[in-house]
Amino acid sequence: MAKMVPLKDIAKVIRSKNAGPFEMTLDIIFKNKEDYEKVKASGVITKELIAGLYNLPAEKVLAFVYFDAANAIKATLPRQRPQGSIGETDMHAAQQHVPLMNIMVPWE
Amino acid sequence: MSKDEIRILTPTAMLGYGFPVKWFKKGLEMNPDIIAVDSGSTDSGPHKLGLGAMTCSRDAYYKDISLLLEACYEKKVPVFISSAGGDGSDSHVDVFVDIVRSIAREKGYRFNLAAIYSEMKKDYVLEKLKRGKISPCGPVEPLTESEVKEATSIVAQMGAEPYLKALKESDKLDIIISGRSYDPVPIAVLGLKEGFDPGLCWHMGKIMECGALCAEPAGKAIFGILKRDHFILEPLNPAERCTVYSVAAHTLYEKTHPYLLPGPGGTTDLSETRFEQLDDRRVKIYGSKFIPAEKYTVKLEGAKKVGYRSIFIAGVRDPIEIEHIDEIIDRVKKDVEDYFSHIPKESYQMIFHLYGKNGVMGNYEPEGDIKPLELCVILEVAAATQEMATAICSRARTEMLHSPYEGRIATAGNIALPFTPLEIPLGAVCRFNVYHLMEIDDPTEPFTIKFMEV
Repeated sequence: MAKMVPLKDIAKVIRSKNAGPFEMTLDIIFKNKEDYEKVKASGVITKELIAGLYNLPAEKVLAFVYFDAANAIKATLPRQRPQGSIGETDMHAAQQHVPLMNIMVPWE
Repeated sequence: MSKDEIRILTPTAMLGYGFPVKWFKKGLEMNPDIIAVDSGSTDSGPHKLGLGAMTCSRDAYYKDISLLLEACYEKKVPVFISSAGGDGSDSHVDVFVDIVRSIAREKGYRFNLAAIYSEMKKDYVLEKLKRGKISPCGPVEPLTESEVKEATSIVAQMGAEPYLKALKESDKLDIIISGRSYDPVPIAVLGLKEGFDPGLCWHMGKIMECGALCAEPAGKAIFGILKRDHFILEPLNPAERCTVYSVAAHTLYEKTHPYLLPGPGGTTDLSETRFEQLDDRRVKIYGSKFIPAEKYTVKLEGAKKVGYRSIFIAGVRDPIEIEHIDEIIDRVKKDVEDYFSHIPKESYQMIFHLYGKNGVMGNYEPEGDIKPLELCVILEVAAATQEMATAICSRARTEMLHSPYEGRIATAGNIALPFTPLEIPLGAVCRFNVYHLMEIDDPTEPFTIKFMEV
């Protein structure tokens, strides 16, 4: 059995940010190709997993892509409300990344 | 005679935020062909378009622009500034032109300037809408006639073509100030004019419009050299480095998709992009492509005023109360609605922000059941007038302060209030209500260019 480790101990960057006033985007970037390939090969991080972490059905995920050139995984979700409007809780969507930090991946 | 390289100096990611003069001057010694800087973003909210406000103060813009103009005059390096004032509305282009005029008068400079305007006339947008030429950009409702009419102002993000037109019509331009532009435009345009690979021009623009944010550690001033088959990036502060990692990672920044970046007239495709470390601080980038779109579209941005807000801020420490907080809030809301039964329920909103309990993530919060030690309660009330918002907020505050709840043993008061006034008026609140793609036949069609000597 491989040891399970939280993503925050492996990735170099885990962040969230507005992508325009109606979308927020999640970036996971790894330190090197090796770590990236290992996580990619594990098949743990999927569109369905991200959707589940944010209480959304998978079809609401606007983009989910492995980007080899940057050793990165990106997902984009709709914002809960247009940026800066009544009820806003996070203007820049800069604190929406936390559920990703505790994704457990197999690691030796 | 075709050039074999174009050298671009970008002093900062956002005009008006200030930048280190030392690294800007170092960039000037590297013989730039142009100084290009973006001033725009939707990121600081809908208030600019909705209320006509600017991102930074006039003084802050004045200070930054003074440095650019000194370089423009002394070193004969043209200056391109996009998305004036943050939103790029016509009045903010005029503010920037006025700032240039004042500085020129004060310092005795003379410039040839082009101002490019990007605010859309409502009749023009309505006509496009009627002809089915407008579609949502991302997860947005289809545009309606009433939203167009209610928007305070609507701008279109121009592509490079209006800049190219200005440069074609006047070969001695020192300064271009534009309204809302696709962010990479002022950096990409010179390369496009000289026939460089558009994929490289746009990718270089995409990275450099954020200044040296693509460096480690992230910085402000950056220098880019565009060649026929690649480009090179170097941060101007010697303490910062561009690395393969930092530049590739920045390519993803605040975009929907990591390697397909749609813009006016086409998509920048970075799926084949390669990053190569040239030396300790410089990265070479190549392989980026531009795929022209079948139809030329520009993005429309608009916002409207949707009411006025007041808030109160309070702390809760009592564990029995924290346990019953959801019931308490439900009852407060109901009591307030009963009290204000003479006004329609749809005319106001009461939104409780519970910091310590799903305050930041709301419905996206995966950790449902937690027991916080303290809660910060912010009640946000939005109503048609400031007076009404404050009145509702006040009523809710007193209700929350004194009403009993199940198991209460602290009978003096339920909330800790840090501020007076207890209700804080926040002024008008706006909402982005236009965020759509508009098809245009001629990429310069809705943009007006004015040439002037200052």
